[in-house]
Order: sequence, then structure tokens, then C-alpha cells
Amino acid sequence: MTPQPPSTLPDDVGHFGRFGGRFMPEALMAPLAELETAWREAMADDGFRAEFDDMLRTYANVPSPLYDAKRLSRAAGTRILLKREDLDHTGAHKIRNVLGQALLAKRIGKPRAIAETGAGQHGVASATACAYLDLECVVYMGELDTQRQALNVARMRMLGAEVVPVSTGSRTLKDAINEALRDWVTNVEHTSYLFGTAAGPHPFPAMVRDFARGIGDEAREQCLELTGSLPDAAVACVGGGSNAIGLFAGFLDDDAVRMVGYEAGGEGFDTGRHAATITAGEVGVLHGTRSFLLQDDDGQTIESHSISAGLDYPGVGPEHAYLADTGRVTYEPVTDDEAMAAFDLLCKTEGIIPAIESAHAVAGALRLADTLGPDATILVNLSGRGDKDVHTAAEYFGLLDEAPGEDA
Amino acid sequence: MTSLAETFARLADEGRPALVGYLPAGFPDVATSIRAIEAMVECGVDIVEVGFPYSDPVMDGPVIQVAAQQALAGGVRTSDVFEVVRASAATGAATVVMTYWNPVEHYGVDRFAETLADVGGTGLITPDLIPEEAGAWTDAAAKHGLEQVFLVAPSSTDERLALTAKAASGFVYATSVMGVTGARAQTSSRAPELVGRLRGVTDKPIGVGLGVSNGDQAAEVGAYCDAVIVGSALVRCLLDVPADDGIAAVRALATDLRTGVERARTTAG
Repeated sequence: MTPQPPSTLPDDVGHFGRFGGRFMPEALMAPLAELETAWREAMADDGFRAEFDDMLRTYANVPSPLYDAKRLSRAAGTRILLKREDLDHTGAHKIRNVLGQALLAKRIGKPRAIAETGAGQHGVASATACAYLDLECVVYMGELDTQRQALNVARMRMLGAEVVPVSTGSRTLKDAINEALRDWVTNVEHTSYLFGTAAGPHPFPAMVRDFARGIGDEAREQCLELTGSLPDAAVACVGGGSNAIGLFAGFLDDDAVRMVGYEAGGEGFDTGRHAATITAGEVGVLHGTRSFLLQDDDGQTIESHSISAGLDYPGVGPEHAYLADTGRVTYEPVTDDEAMAAFDLLCKTEGIIPAIESAHAVAGALRLADTLGPDATILVNLSGRGDKDVHTAAEYFGLLDEAPGEDA
Repeated sequence: MTSLAETFARLADEGRPALVGYLPAGFPDVATSIRAIEAMVECGVDIVEVGFPYSDPVMDGPVIQVAAQQALAGGVRTSDVFEVVRASAATGAATVVMTYWNPVEHYGVDRFAETLADVGGTGLITPDLIPEEAGAWTDAAAKHGLEQVFLVAPSSTDERLALTAKAASGFVYATSVMGVTGARAQTSSRAPELVGRLRGVTDKPIGVGLGVSNGDQAAEVGAYCDAVIVGSALVRCLLDVPADDGIAAVRALATDLRTGVERARTTAG
């Protein structure tokens, strides 16, 4: 079968080639159909789009700037442009998707919203959007992640959200999604699920992409304005894949633009502790969609690992699986150590502390720079800021003074 | 192999609904799970659902999830599930596997069907596989003479009820509440309405599950459906107790549930 052009996907039942679909309890079929209809109608409604755009502009600080990172470029040996999604309100691209979904929840008339979160970025964005739009908000978060990201837990609570630590399974994002799905199936009549990434059952992958695609559309326009031409490459980090699909969506029809997604290589393949789903996973079904998945010989999900809680997910959005299948986008792993070296370089050369997720993309760009040479331009989606990761990074670099009284 | 069709035909003659009992393979260990299933059948369960322990059981509540986690932590493999099915089928009870879809797909859909038929299983119940995504399973089930049980829910539209009932064989599994598995103090008021809507679109047997935990509830639910499905309450018998005590509790509960389905049609008035 000839692959369809990505811009026409998914098909009407949510398939991206052999990926995607709806693998969910029947109880959720009617709500998913309701959501899909509402989303399609909203996106065709000038009033909804205008309201969404206005919220992004006046509240979320979007469009984010495209920044010519000259000192980083000198270090990399090629020109690097940073799409500053770290400057969006709440510090990451997540706010775009969440404002879209929360506005849709209001339109459908559901007063309660639930969300899952790994690093806390999506949880904070959800709590923010719900405060802004007057929705009750419950956020499910793996117990392990609540410990790794304690500040974000506090932020969510300040914003009025209830944070529910999930103690089942690996106690990370995967299990937070399971628990959120259980809540949704129980309370679906008055509850919307603000899904945090471009995965899950149809229509979430396409809907999240469309709410996030401003990243790519803006970057394309900004790049043309700044440099007079399109970038040679556009790169992003990939966990579930929402920031990456948002960026890639803007360039899929530009055949000359090479695109690379950087997955979490964790401690390296040899250790088995990584989250490089496309590079090392197999086709399978998780959380309602068919995609690449880290799984064992019996089809049980393998726990992923990354220094970045935001990339620590054993699945990936189905459109990424499709783009990998067709060869339009390549996906490569970046290890924890490579990501942290890039994190350090960006801090020191540009005065920007990135999210560790985004540092994976910077590391990938540095690698790509060696291949493309000095005349190339690489567009990097700097998907989030690093405030939430300061503790992790400080520990990694050995920058924390011992607390007074410790070892006493 | 006893099929679901044979079982329902027999029970129609007896004038009572079927009692369906769920237990996960390999919980608390493979040998005990087999003994528990044998005990359940001896005490009157007509159809056995062998649960396939899975890492991400989104449809299940805490009791079944904990059991699945313990089974997986104990090293349960796909081959163990088939071993349990073989033992269950040997009791003479129709035996189906309740499984999330990924383990089947990963094993190989046709290979799974072939092996399941070989060990005496009669079909699958698939909580996260809807008819629209089930093409590969439908083909394999037909090829190997297996039944496919799909779920419907109170939220299902009439169109989806008709579509799902048409695709199902054996019986249609009506989830009585919007929610996950787990025993509940009261049976659902939405279940009779759902069964009524289903009767309008299909003549196939209808099983009702989610929430039934004792004989009185079994009698109440069995009054208006063809199969009363009990899961979490049975699994809970085996949680955190010595194996023999757990099996004694399974016996007691299965006996109570059986008396419930036997008086279901009379208590209905």
C-alpha cells in the first residue's frame, strides 16, 4: 500500500498507516466519538479558532520567539536556531495543547477535567488552563514522579488542582495514564480527559498534533523571515511526541527539510534502561493505540527509563511510528549523558537552562551539526524550560552543597 | 472442549442463567490458580474466564490489578495461561480467556487462536478490542472454531450495540456500570436498561458483569440476563490468605453464587 501523504492522516477511524486506532473499553467509544465530533466542529468554527488563538496570544505568550543562538552555534560548528517554547506560559509547549483541549471541554459542557503527568509540565499546564477556564482539575501522577518533581506538585496544588499520586506498576507516567483512564471510564459523563501527548486512542493523536502545530507553523514563518530560507533540519525530543509532532507538522510538506526526533537513550541500550521506543521497540498496543512499544516476549510493557521524567514513557504517538515507517522522519536515541552535556553547553553558552527533555534535542542537533557541516541551519524545538529539572541537574553535576546537619 | 453455545443451550433447558467465574492464571501461583478454578467449577460455576495477567489493565479495579501484578511478579508467562486453560477445560466447563489485546497480538493472532483451541479454550473476551479493530482476531477465531465475546456498556449507542452484538459469538458481555471491575454493594440500576436495549437488537445470550459479589446479587441480576459474571469477589478470596483458606473461600462464594442463579428466575416473580 502506498503511504498517504501525512497531512491527510489519520483516516476516519484514526489510523496512520498500520498505526493508531482505538483500543479502548467499549464504555469509552461514545465519549471518544463525542470528542471527535466536537473537535472537528470546533476546528471548523471560526469563533472557536479565534478564541483559541486569542488565548494563546494574550495569555500563553504565543507565538514564542525564534532565537538565533550564536554562541551555541559557534560551539556546534553550524547555525542553530531555537524555537523558544520554554518561554510559553507555564514554561513549555504543553500549554498550547491544554488550552485547546480545555476550551473544547468548556464547549462540550463538561465541568471536570482530568490529566496525567510525568515531569509535571502537562499537569501544571492543565491546572493552569483549568484555573483560567474555571474547570475542576484532577491530575494523576506516578508516585515516583511526584518525588522527582515535587515543585511541580506544589505548583499544581497552588493552582487549585488535586494531585493524585499513583502507586501501581512502575509508579511513573504509564501508570498515571492507566489511572486517569480508569477515572475517565467511571466519570465520563461530566469529565473531560486532557490527554498530555500525541498518543492514546483516536482522536487524541490528531487533536494534540493540531493544537500543537502552531509550533511548526510559526517556526517555519519565523525562519523564513530571519534567514530567508527554510532550515536544513528541524529537530525535537520525542517521548510521547507532542512537541515533536507540533514542530514536524509545520514542515512535513517541505521535502528539503530533514527531520529528526531524538528519543531517550537513557543509560544506553546495553543496560536495557532507556525509553527509545521507536529505535528499540516493537509494534504493539498500549493506552488505546497501536504504535511502537517497549515490551517483553509476552507483550507485557517494559518499564522505561530516562533521566528526564518527561521522556520516561514506553510508548510513542502513532503518527511518529508512521513517520518512522515511511522514512520521512528519522529517530535516534540520545543517552542521559549526551543530553546532560548538551544541557551544560546551552546553559554556559546562551544563559538558557533547558528542560532535560529539550536538552536531548540540543544534543541531537550537536550530533547532526557534525554531519551537515558549517553552512547548515538546524532548527531545534526548545520545548521547555529547566526550572523543574534544576534539582536533577544539580545532582547530576554535583552542584548541591550538603545540607547542614546531614550525616550528623 | 465445551462451547459457550452448548452451555447456554443446556442452561436454557434447565431454565436458569449461567454462572461465569473469573480468576487470573497464575495468581497466587499457577498450581493454586488451577486448584481454585477446579473448586469453582465443582461448586457450580458453568463458564470459566481465565484472566491473562497484563501489565496495564486499564479496565480493572484494584483487586484484579493487584492479582495481575502478583502473578506477573511471580513470573507468569503466556504458556502458563494456556496451561491453566487446559486444566480448566478438563473440568468440562466452557473456558474462555479474558485478555487485553497486546499479549495476543504479540504472541501472533493466528498462533494464539490455534494454541487456545488446542488446549481446549472456547474463545476470548477482549476488554480493549472493539469489533472495528478485531479483523485479525475474527479471521483467526473463525479458522480455529473459537468464539469472540465483545463488551458493551451503558454509554454504547444503539448503533454500537447492534454492531457489537452482531460481531459477538458465544454471548455479549454487558458491563453493568460505567467504571472498572470491582465488587459493589449494590447492583447497577443501569444494567436492566442496557440488557433491555440489547434484547431489542440481538437474540444472542447476554452476560452481565461488574459488581456482582454474592448470591442475592446473582439472583437479582440473573433474573434478566443469560449469564451472571463474577470476578473481583472471587479474586479477593485469594488475596493475602494461605492457599487452602483462599480455595475454601472460593468454594463458599461459588456455592452461594450458584444458589443465587438457581433461584434467579423464580425470585424475579
